[in-house]
Amino acid sequence: MSVHRVMGIETEYGISVPGHPHVNSMLTSSQVVNAYAGITGLDRASKARWVYADESPLRDARGFDLSRADADPSQLTDDDHGLANLILTNGARFYVDHAHPEYSTPEVTNPRDAVLWDRAGMVIMQQAATAASAQPGALPIQLYKNNTDNKGSSYGCHENYLMQRRTPFAEIVRTLTPFFITRQIMSGSGRVGLGQEGRKHGYQLSQRADFFEVEVGLETTLKRPIINTRDEPHADPELHRRLHVIVGDANLSEFATFLKMGTTALVLTLIEDGIVLPDITPEKPVATMHAVSHDVSLSKPFSLQSGRRVTALQLQWEFFEASAKHCQDKFGSAMDEQTREVLDSWETLLNDLERDPFSAADRVDWVAKLSLMEGYRRRDNLDWNSPRLQLVDLQYSDIRPNRGLAQLLEDRGSLRRLTTAIQVEHAVSSPPEDTRAYFRGECMRRFTDSIAAASWDSVILDVTGQDSLKRIPTLDPLKGTRAHVGHLFDEAQSAEDLIQLLRR
Amino acid sequence: MSQERQQRTSTPTEVDEVTAAAPVRNDLSADVDSILDEIDDVLEENAEEFVKSFVQKGGQ
Repeated sequence: MSVHRVMGIETEYGISVPGHPHVNSMLTSSQVVNAYAGITGLDRASKARWVYADESPLRDARGFDLSRADADPSQLTDDDHGLANLILTNGARFYVDHAHPEYSTPEVTNPRDAVLWDRAGMVIMQQAATAASAQPGALPIQLYKNNTDNKGSSYGCHENYLMQRRTPFAEIVRTLTPFFITRQIMSGSGRVGLGQEGRKHGYQLSQRADFFEVEVGLETTLKRPIINTRDEPHADPELHRRLHVIVGDANLSEFATFLKMGTTALVLTLIEDGIVLPDITPEKPVATMHAVSHDVSLSKPFSLQSGRRVTALQLQWEFFEASAKHCQDKFGSAMDEQTREVLDSWETLLNDLERDPFSAADRVDWVAKLSLMEGYRRRDNLDWNSPRLQLVDLQYSDIRPNRGLAQLLEDRGSLRRLTTAIQVEHAVSSPPEDTRAYFRGECMRRFTDSIAAASWDSVILDVTGQDSLKRIPTLDPLKGTRAHVGHLFDEAQSAEDLIQLLRR
Repeated sequence: MSQERQQRTSTPTEVDEVTAAAPVRNDLSADVDSILDEIDDVLEENAEEFVKSFVQKGGQ
């Protein structure tokens, strides 16, 4: 399967009205989402609802259901609170979750597409915030692609990967735990402040690491686990599980997102193909995760259960070597281009981090940010508790193109970009063509007024003159592609036509 | 909220195609002082107050 597999990214953005820290963020988040509905005409589909009947956030991959009475209210993500909730013409979902605006990319099949539709989400968020701020009497709303306020709160950037159901979950836990603990050296976004509330002064690799408290579990909002067991496949549950990864930072560097998705997909392939890496289990996973994030030198070893001492870099080399060998054995010279690109990029980056971490400033968020920090510390003689450094940390993730520091670095060519503005503009309004997101997005684009509801695995049409709603299931993420249904959209003039054509 | 900041907030969001395709210079450490000058121009005013008022509710 290589780096090609069904995947997606969901990101909760930080939201703020500068100067008004006590404004109700559920309300401002709703204003942002609703303003986007207004400027895109999606408010015409005001009937369109997200179908929660298809969701089961309490299903546990280990094989049991958490009862609703035992669940923390924040885990009940399937309750319809009447909060803003949009399905976009690019197949994405844009909604309010836990007092943050959240964008879930459409399902894509490879890391480059994940980068593109994630970047489209940033543009959508900014257009939405600009529109919301322009409402009469509104205060300016600013959005941040980060994961903490440095005062004890964290919000997530989750990755999703479709996996084979038959793969034992214990194997996933065994191999992914050390991988997640150490991949921060490539995918951390950098943070000023140590500890959940950032009280201890210093710099660390990850925005998220300090908020993880247990090894395995169902929760996402409290006692966060390194391996999340939520098991809502949004696909045939006999064949698939959806691996819901909650440990990652939201990346500003497109390269970092690309490598995060690509390397994780490769490690999942190792697991599914039964390749066992020996002797990789950390003695204390949670403490090690924090320690790796706190070690900017990338040189401090930690203990494995076997007693072996390794660094994060060493373990990443072992994952790389195993992946490179497996891909070579499996594909040889027929290896696809993107898989080769991920392997090459991974190898080059590990070499660079080993030789001189600062040489990775054009690809890795925590290094780019640290370079700025060290510049300020030297020039202005600042300590790690300086509010100015905390501001640089925060503003790095400001999504406004003229104020966000990551985008400023991109514009001057100091941070690598994988997408072009034209590609992103297209992805803002158009779905990927090789997943069911194509069907969902095209339905939304062409028949906005007739969409009664939608979810990842269905679209429900409300057709004039018919007394019942028509539910079109889309359980297979790799069907409903342009190749499957493109000709239907060429032919159908209305939602009614589409239903007729589907019946043939 | 200064007038200047409000104007900047409402600037269009498109990224210039030309700059997006600019070659990577990989000069962050060598050229960091000129970057800092550029950043100084766009940093929010009153860092301490701004950072203090960035308060979020927890999420997932």
